[in-house]
Amino acid sequence: MSLEEPGPDADAAAVARAADEMEALVGEHVRSRDDHLNAPGYVVRPDAVQDVLGTLREEANLDHLSCVTAQEYEDRYESIYHLKSYDDPTHEASVVVPTPKDDPRSESAAPVFRTADWHEREAYDLVGVEYEDHPDLRRILLPETWQGHPLSLDYDQERPQIVPLREHANPLEDDQEGDEGETMYLNIGPHHPATHGVLHLKTTLDGEQVIDVDPDIGYLHRCEEQLCQKSTYRYQIMPYPDRWDYISAGLLNEWAYARAIEDMADIEVPEYAQVIRTMGAELCRIAAHMLAVGTFALDVYGDFTAIFMYAVRDREKVQNILEDLTGQRLMFNYFRLGGVVWDLPDPREEFFESIRDFLDHLPGSLEEYHDLISANEILQVRTVDTGVLPPEVAKSYGATGPVARGSGVDYDLRRDDPYGYYDELDWDVVTEDGMDNYSRLLVRLREVEESAKIIEQCVDLLEDWPTDDRTIQSNVPRTIRPDDDTEVYRAVEAAKGELGIYMRSDGTEQPARFKIRSPCFSNLQTLPEMSNGEYIPDLVASLGSLDIVLGEVDR
Amino acid sequence: MSDSAPDRFRSDPTQVETDTRDARISGTDDRFNSKLRQAFGASPFILTKFDQFMNWVRGSSMFMLQFGIACCSIEMMHTYAVKHDLDRFGAGVPRASPRQADVIIVPGTIVSKFAPRMKRVYDQMPEPKFVVGMGSCTISGGPFQEGYNVVKGAEEVIPVDIHVPGCPPRPEALIYGVAKLQERIATGESSPVVVKPYELEEFGDLDRDEVVDQLAEEIDEDDLVMRYNWADSP
Repeated sequence: MSLEEPGPDADAAAVARAADEMEALVGEHVRSRDDHLNAPGYVVRPDAVQDVLGTLREEANLDHLSCVTAQEYEDRYESIYHLKSYDDPTHEASVVVPTPKDDPRSESAAPVFRTADWHEREAYDLVGVEYEDHPDLRRILLPETWQGHPLSLDYDQERPQIVPLREHANPLEDDQEGDEGETMYLNIGPHHPATHGVLHLKTTLDGEQVIDVDPDIGYLHRCEEQLCQKSTYRYQIMPYPDRWDYISAGLLNEWAYARAIEDMADIEVPEYAQVIRTMGAELCRIAAHMLAVGTFALDVYGDFTAIFMYAVRDREKVQNILEDLTGQRLMFNYFRLGGVVWDLPDPREEFFESIRDFLDHLPGSLEEYHDLISANEILQVRTVDTGVLPPEVAKSYGATGPVARGSGVDYDLRRDDPYGYYDELDWDVVTEDGMDNYSRLLVRLREVEESAKIIEQCVDLLEDWPTDDRTIQSNVPRTIRPDDDTEVYRAVEAAKGELGIYMRSDGTEQPARFKIRSPCFSNLQTLPEMSNGEYIPDLVASLGSLDIVLGEVDR
Repeated sequence: MSDSAPDRFRSDPTQVETDTRDARISGTDDRFNSKLRQAFGASPFILTKFDQFMNWVRGSSMFMLQFGIACCSIEMMHTYAVKHDLDRFGAGVPRASPRQADVIIVPGTIVSKFAPRMKRVYDQMPEPKFVVGMGSCTISGGPFQEGYNVVKGAEEVIPVDIHVPGCPPRPEALIYGVAKLQERIATGESSPVVVKPYELEEFGDLDRDEVVDQLAEEIDEDDLVMRYNWADSP
C-alpha cells in the first residue's frame, strides 16, 4: 500500500507547514507547542479559548469541534479541544488549555461551537474543570447531588452517595401570566418505549407543540472511560468497545480503539486482516442500520408492526454470519491489536456461500422496505419536512454520520480519512439534501446498499487470497507500553458517525486518560434544534431518526 | 331451526349419532382421545384447588413490561421478534405501562441515577409481579462492576426471581429463563428476598452523617432519595 503514497517525508513536511501556518494565525495566544500524534497541539491561556477557536474556525477552516477532553495531571488540569475540518478531516489541530490545580477555570467554547455546551458539561461533571461564560454549567451524566468528580485524581470511590427521586418542575412556569399561554410539562422517559433506552426528555408543551425540550442523559453512565483506564492495552480494553454502541455495531467500535492504539504503539496490520476487518465492520453497519430503520418505523407507525419484524429477520441473518465469524452474536471481541483473533471459519466456501446468499437476498428485502416505509404515504406525511436540521446547524453541533449526511454534509471518515481497506474498494458516500427525518431514513437504507457493495468486494478478495499469505495478526508484544506522554486522537466511521478515541499514555501498560468521543452524544444535542416549535409526534420521529443508542451517549 | 336442515343437535343421548362415541369409548378408534380426556376418564370435571388453578393461569399467560436498559435489551427484542418468538410460550406481549405488566425483565446495567426510577417502575406494577434479571450486570454489575456509578446487581434494588447469566445471554437462554419462571409460578413457588435492597426513603429519615450534612441545602426533607453505600456493596 505504501507504494501509492507520495512518500512519508513529503507528507510530514506538508503537515508541518500547515501546522506552522495555523500557529501564525493564532500566534499571539500560543504559549508553546504540545503536538499530538495526529495533530499539532497549541497550548493557549485559559482566557483566550474563544479567540483562538474562533480564529481557527474562520481562518483555518477548522469548523468541526470533534471532541473536548478534560484531564487532571499531578500539577494541573487540562482541556483539549480536538478540531477538524468537515471538508478534510485529516486537517486537524488540538487546542490545549491548561488550568491551575487550585483554580481550574477556563473560558467556555460554547459561544463559538454550540457542541461545546454538552462536552464542557461532561468535562465539568467527570473531571471538575469549570468553564466561564458557559450557558448552563451543571452536571450532565451523574445525578446533580453527586459529591466529587470521579475522574479526578483524588476521588474516593467508596464514599456513599445520595440520589434523589424528585418531581421535575416546569421550567417555564414562572414566565406565565394568568390563563393565557398556559404550558404543560411532560416527562418522556427514562422508562418510555419511544426513547430507545433510558433517555429522559424534559419537555414543555404549549398545546400539542413542543416549546422546550431538554434531554436529560446519564441513566446508563457505566463508567466506560474509568474502566478502560484501569485495563491494559493489550487484551483488557478490547471487550469494552462492543458495549458502547451495542446495536450489533461491535466491530466498528472495536476498530476505533484498534486504530488509536495501533497508531500510538506503531503496530502494523496485515492486509489480509484489514480485509476481514472491513468485511466484518460493514456487516455490523448493516445490522445496526436495520435496527435503526425498524425502530424508526416502530416509533412512527406504532406497535410491533411488520417492518420491525422484517428488520429483525434481516438482522438475524447478519448475526448468524457474524456468529460464524466471531463466535458471538452481539459482543464480538474479535479484533486484536495488529489484526483479528482468528481466521475465517472452515469450511471457507460454506462461509462465503452464506454471505453471498445474504447479499443476493438483500436487494429484495430492501425493495420490501421501500415498499413498506419510504414509499408509504403515511410515513412520508410524518417525516418529510419534519425535524429539519440545516447543514450549518448540524456542523456547529458536531453532528456526523447519517445525521450529517442526511443534511447534505458530505463527511465520511471511511473515505476522507481512510483506514482499513476502504480506499482500495469501490463504493460511494451517500448524502441526501432533504435535511429532514425522511432524508436520514433514506441515507440509512442507501448506506445498506453501499455496505453490501463493500462486503461483496471483500468476499471476492478473500476467496482468491493466496493460502500462504493469510496472516491474521502481526507480531505484537505481549505487553504494550507506549512512550510516556504520547497523546493521540483517532476516529473511525461507526454506524452512528464519528467515533473517536483520545488516549494519553504515561509509560505504563494502562492508559492514563481514555476519552471516548461518541457520535450519538453530539447528534443528540441537535434534538432541541429540530423539535422546538414542532408537534410532539414529530419530536418522537426526530428522536427515532437520530438513531441514538444510550450506551454510547452516556458511556 | 328450519325443518329442512338436518337436526344434528339433539339432546336426547339415545338419539345422538353414536358411531364416533362408541368407537372412542370401546377403544376401537382412539383418534379422538385427547390427552386431557385420557387423564380425566369419562368424567368431564376437574377437581383442583383454586390457588393451583390461579397459579397455572398466571404462568400460562404473562404480560411483560416493555423495558429496555442496555445491551441485553437488543437480545430481548430479538427474543420477542421473529425466529425466537417468546409469545409461543404465552409470555410475549410487551406492555408499555407497568400497570398492565406481570413480569419485568431487567435487561442491563443499573446505574445510580436509574435505580430510583427502576424501583418506582417496579412499585407501579400490580401484584403478583415477577422479575427476570437478564445478563451479568443484573447479577453483579458484570463487566462494569468496578465502576464508580454502577449498582452491583438488580437485587440491590428489587427482588429477582430468575437470573439469566451471560453477557448478553442468547435469546434461547432468556426463553429458558422465562420458561423456568413460568414453571415456578405454576407450581406456586415464590422467591425469598435474599438481599437487603436499597430503598427509597425520605431524606429527613436518613441518619445524619457527613454526606447528609453536605446535601442538606440541596435536598428537601421530604424528597425521596436512595442512598448508596458503595463500601458495603458486595
